[in-house]
Amino acid sequence: MAQEPLSKTEVEAVASLAKLTLQPEEAASMTEQLAKIFDLVNTLAEVDTTGVKPTYSPSDVQNVLRADVAVDAQQATALLANAPEREGDLIKVPAIIDEGADK
Amino acid sequence: MTVPNFETTIGLEVHIELKTQSKAMSPAPAEYGAQPNQKTNVIDWGYPGVLPQANQGALEYGMMAATALHASVTRDLHWDRKNYFYPDNPKAYQITQQETPIGREGWLEIEVDGEKKRVGITELHVEEDAGKNTHGTDGYSYVDLNRQGTPLIEIVGAPDLHSPEEAYAYLEALREAIQFTGISDVKMQEGSMRVDANISIRPVGSDQYGTKVELKNLNSFNYVRKGLAFEEERQAKIYLAGGTVRQQTRRYDEATGGTILMREKETADDYRYFPEPDLAPIKVSDEWVDEVAQRLPKSAPERRAHYVGTLGLEPYDAKVLTQTLAMSDFFDATVAAGANPKRAANYLMGDVNAYLNEKQVDLEDTQLTPAHLAAMINLIEDGTISTKMAKRVFTAITEGKDPIAFVEEKGLKQLSDPKDLQPIIDQVLDANEQSVIDFHGGKDRAVGYLIGQIMKVTHGNANPSVVNQLLMTALQARKPE
Repeated sequence: MAQEPLSKTEVEAVASLAKLTLQPEEAASMTEQLAKIFDLVNTLAEVDTTGVKPTYSPSDVQNVLRADVAVDAQQATALLANAPEREGDLIKVPAIIDEGADK
Repeated sequence: MTVPNFETTIGLEVHIELKTQSKAMSPAPAEYGAQPNQKTNVIDWGYPGVLPQANQGALEYGMMAATALHASVTRDLHWDRKNYFYPDNPKAYQITQQETPIGREGWLEIEVDGEKKRVGITELHVEEDAGKNTHGTDGYSYVDLNRQGTPLIEIVGAPDLHSPEEAYAYLEALREAIQFTGISDVKMQEGSMRVDANISIRPVGSDQYGTKVELKNLNSFNYVRKGLAFEEERQAKIYLAGGTVRQQTRRYDEATGGTILMREKETADDYRYFPEPDLAPIKVSDEWVDEVAQRLPKSAPERRAHYVGTLGLEPYDAKVLTQTLAMSDFFDATVAAGANPKRAANYLMGDVNAYLNEKQVDLEDTQLTPAHLAAMINLIEDGTISTKMAKRVFTAITEGKDPIAFVEEKGLKQLSDPKDLQPIIDQVLDANEQSVIDFHGGKDRAVGYLIGQIMKVTHGNANPSVVNQLLMTALQARKPE
């Protein structure tokens, strides 16, 4: 299945999802570079995959699960020391309203 | 209440927090009430290079929920990433089961106005919760990641509900079904059960759904019902005025009972789902499903059938006893400890519930034990104590005291032996000749007075039914010539 050529609008949409602001010339060069990556990946589309199950993992390993046992890492002090800003034990970040939560 | 000439369509999405020891993808403790960020590790913070470690317990709880909701358990599982940026989600994606939900095509039975109906459940996902974000008034948000990574199941209901009352009944049925699996506390007020609702209305007979509106901030079943009823009316007014309902997310306002616009959606959210490369796929065998299903406690309807059918309780009592899993388990254990089921039921529904309400505690947080309650009930049954004395014994067992030891210590033994009671009765009758004459003169009141006197002498410890019997015999024997 060949892909449509990548449009600048799509690149801008992806940039916005990634919270990136692209200058017009950056958008143009990104479109070009991403298009090349797409072309490369598209060579895979030449393989006939009729009847082939999707591969969700490159390894044959299955059912790697951890027993439900809690381990208190006691790392909070070190983790909070690495936070860009903090207020007491809370991480302080610029307010972002009206997204997230209960996805 | 549905609006005339319109048909309402409601679909509910419910998130339920699982009571596992550790988080879904990290071994950090899944605990509440700790100081902010104390129950976190590098995985929860999304540090570079860390790898998720899927929790078998969370997955099995998902299998239990699927089984309890009559859904089929998916055998070929893999995890997916749902990508979005938000401060409460440090690694910028949530691990979920978009493509292979743990359960598919379940159902629940609901009853509204005496009519039973099956409501579909489209699918169930096991996934991670986000952290907690508190917005300050100072342009900053404050993030606590203790909740980040705690396991959830998301239960996507089919759009089979046609009134706010049906939505309410569905939530009650869902809470009961999940609570009796033991995998979650399912408490709205504590956030271990959370509800989002989608609602649209359309003219009766239309074959196309109306534009749906999503409702958030529904923090109780009652708010769900009120918010949906408000939306039905709001949307109907718009249609009747010739307008169009816009696709919106609206927030329920607890103060007014109305809904307030949060945001308008022009396009669907783009979460760029893809298979999670850091976790191995999972193959679920029949044996595994069976083994997990066997760990499921009996469901509430099964318990009610047993209480009514085998133990001879009234259906209403059976309903009350199955309000919570803890109450039902406590009742079962009390009966298993040898208590008379009817008396055990009456104590749980009466004195125990009153005690829980008064102290505002859950049964599992008290010092009451089934063994103590059963022992107390047996003391009543064998006549050792009266139900009146049992009030004091009940207070003692709420303090964790052994009822048998307490009764001995306080000398609370009821006088039931005629050998002990007969002399007392004779003594009281000797002292109250006038009452004996009154009785034979047809004044029944005299009996009550005499019993009162006997109780006074025995400090209330006489067995009333034995006293009654002995007294009547003694009175007949003293019939005046």
